[in-house]
Amino acid sequence: MAYAAGVDVGSTQTKAVIIDEQGHIVGRSLIDTGANVVQAAENAYSKALEEQEIRETEVEFIIGTGYGRYRVTFGNAQVTEISCHGRGAVHMFPKTRTVLDMGGQDTKAIRVSAAGEIEDFCMNDKCAAGTGRFLGAASSALDIPLNELGATALRYTKPVRISTTCTVFAESEVLSWLGKGKKVEDILWGVHQSIAVRSFSLMRRVGLDEEITFSGGVARNIAMIQAMEDKLEVTLNVSKDSHYMGALGAALYALDQIKLSRQPRDAVGASE
Amino acid sequence: MAEQASTDTLVGRGNRDGAQLFRDWFESLNQCAEQGGQSAYVFVMGSLNEMLKTFDLPVVFPEINSLQTAVRRVSHEYLDKAEDYGYSPDICGYVKADVAVQLNAGKHPMGRIPKPSIAVLTNACNTYIKWAEIWERMHNIPVVTIDVPGTRDRNDYGTIDKHDFENDRRYVEAQLWELIATLEEVTGKKFDIDKLRETLAHANEVSVGWKNVIELNKSRPSLFNALTDGTIYLGVANGFRGSPEGAKFFQELVEEMEYKAAHGIGTLSEEVYRLVFVGVPCYPIFRRFNELFTEWGGTFINSTYLWFASGGANRGFEYSLEDPVASLAEGTLLSVRDAMDSMFHQDQMLEGMIDEFNVDAVVYHPIKSCRTVSTGLADGRRYLTEHRDIATLFIESDMMDRRVVSEAQMKNRIDAFFEGLAARRNQSLVK
Repeated sequence: MAYAAGVDVGSTQTKAVIIDEQGHIVGRSLIDTGANVVQAAENAYSKALEEQEIRETEVEFIIGTGYGRYRVTFGNAQVTEISCHGRGAVHMFPKTRTVLDMGGQDTKAIRVSAAGEIEDFCMNDKCAAGTGRFLGAASSALDIPLNELGATALRYTKPVRISTTCTVFAESEVLSWLGKGKKVEDILWGVHQSIAVRSFSLMRRVGLDEEITFSGGVARNIAMIQAMEDKLEVTLNVSKDSHYMGALGAALYALDQIKLSRQPRDAVGASE
Repeated sequence: MAEQASTDTLVGRGNRDGAQLFRDWFESLNQCAEQGGQSAYVFVMGSLNEMLKTFDLPVVFPEINSLQTAVRRVSHEYLDKAEDYGYSPDICGYVKADVAVQLNAGKHPMGRIPKPSIAVLTNACNTYIKWAEIWERMHNIPVVTIDVPGTRDRNDYGTIDKHDFENDRRYVEAQLWELIATLEEVTGKKFDIDKLRETLAHANEVSVGWKNVIELNKSRPSLFNALTDGTIYLGVANGFRGSPEGAKFFQELVEEMEYKAAHGIGTLSEEVYRLVFVGVPCYPIFRRFNELFTEWGGTFINSTYLWFASGGANRGFEYSLEDPVASLAEGTLLSVRDAMDSMFHQDQMLEGMIDEFNVDAVVYHPIKSCRTVSTGLADGRRYLTEHRDIATLFIESDMMDRRVVSEAQMKNRIDAFFEGLAARRNQSLVK
């Protein structure tokens, strides 16, 4: 049995996925990226291998993705996370035509073909407004752990409107609402709605074709899913492995390479 | 042997000679500044260089001065100086770098820039008007603004009422006579119509050559990179318009390009994707920006910048020497309109050239500090993708301000764009 691997080195977290020849995920890991990007990639990969006790020699091709893709020193090739998220999303949800990927510093809207290839994409520009970092700022201001933000926000009754789009100023605005006596859950829901509005704008730029798949770390936040679905008026595809979508896409590209290398030379020549 | 000698002499000559002309030009400006001589400040869209050369006025293009600070990686010093003085970060980076040059008594990385004796401009860019008012306040100089009437009529000479064009031409001509009177006053020289004929003849050579050079890049592989090499040629087209040096340069450049076309000499060892660039270059990382595309085998075979930043000289308008002022008015009207359309309505021009130039994709590059050139790009892109099955990339940075140029983000998008282009090509091969 041969395996393929994808390592997604993101700004906040590093994810690794091992897949078998049928494209099933057999190993996965997620760690904080930290300052040593090379080490993070190695650690995430090792952890994913350990999950099913897969030996390194059994992995025939590794692709690095994410901002740190060139720091996956043991990788065989690199593919951008934009392509990888598209590929991973279509693999998990074959009818996907639009992908919303929300990570720590980036939010991307990606339009994909039936084969998972990128037709168009759009990203937040030059600042972290509308990304996971915005939630991080709210988490810090309200002293609520990130993984509790979603559940807390969904208890809203009278949501406030967050007007700032700057992640740095968001913290001040959250504090000012607290000072005015607003409830934490109402402020938090306002934060989620603010992100949803910005993401919706990105998605409209590439075209809103159903089905829509939500990927990235923020896709684990139930209030964010709710806020996006309210705005889009559709039900989003969300997998428990949404966080691994980029790494999965990279592993699928790696699997392509393994399959290509096994084709007879004539067949390879014909496909070029 | 002789063949090799021709290759060594001809290939790259345009870049070498263009760079030398540029150095000579700035050296002459430096001498002018040191001697306290007169100069005219103009802009690339409708410079009226032909008329200014008739009066022997050294011509300064502050836009070119500004972009040179970015190419030489010192634009931040100039932007900081203007912002410390009170200009907002949101104001055009070209304006701010020039303000800093003025505040620094003409200090520039390529030598001293002389003070203006007059500023001549058109309404092709709304910023031009306010920019020139800064010089008017700083240096107490006359400012002549030629109001060039715009049109939405794609037919040069009008499809609805042909009298409209003649009325517009006469309106521009009347303003040119006012300019002549002001130039006579500023320089103390009488207008010499035969000298204008001479400069117009040289300008004709530049326009015809420039048009030829751009069209020769239909060759496969492409003969020059429209973003990098093209910008050098563009500088000569602007600075040396109306001069014998400019005329000679473009005659020789056509010769070089024809030679390269005949011998299949391209800009890349392997040209994989033929791209068109829309907008203004990213000068703070000028070479690197281009490499982000060439690393994937992508080369820019044409650029709207070569159209509008040459003031529409790309259309190859040739002046009639019989009635030079009337013809200068006609050429200015047509060329400046063309330049304005290249900025705001380039969609139809692009649509028409996709097949002719074998274009694989169009790269739109809106820039933070120039709303004028960037505003219409989203509409243009939408139009093009609705009318043609062509890949596009929309990537934002700046022409001057490295604070808003993020190479890592840019590379990510460009890489993803090429991954998509590769997939698109594979799909079309399968079909």
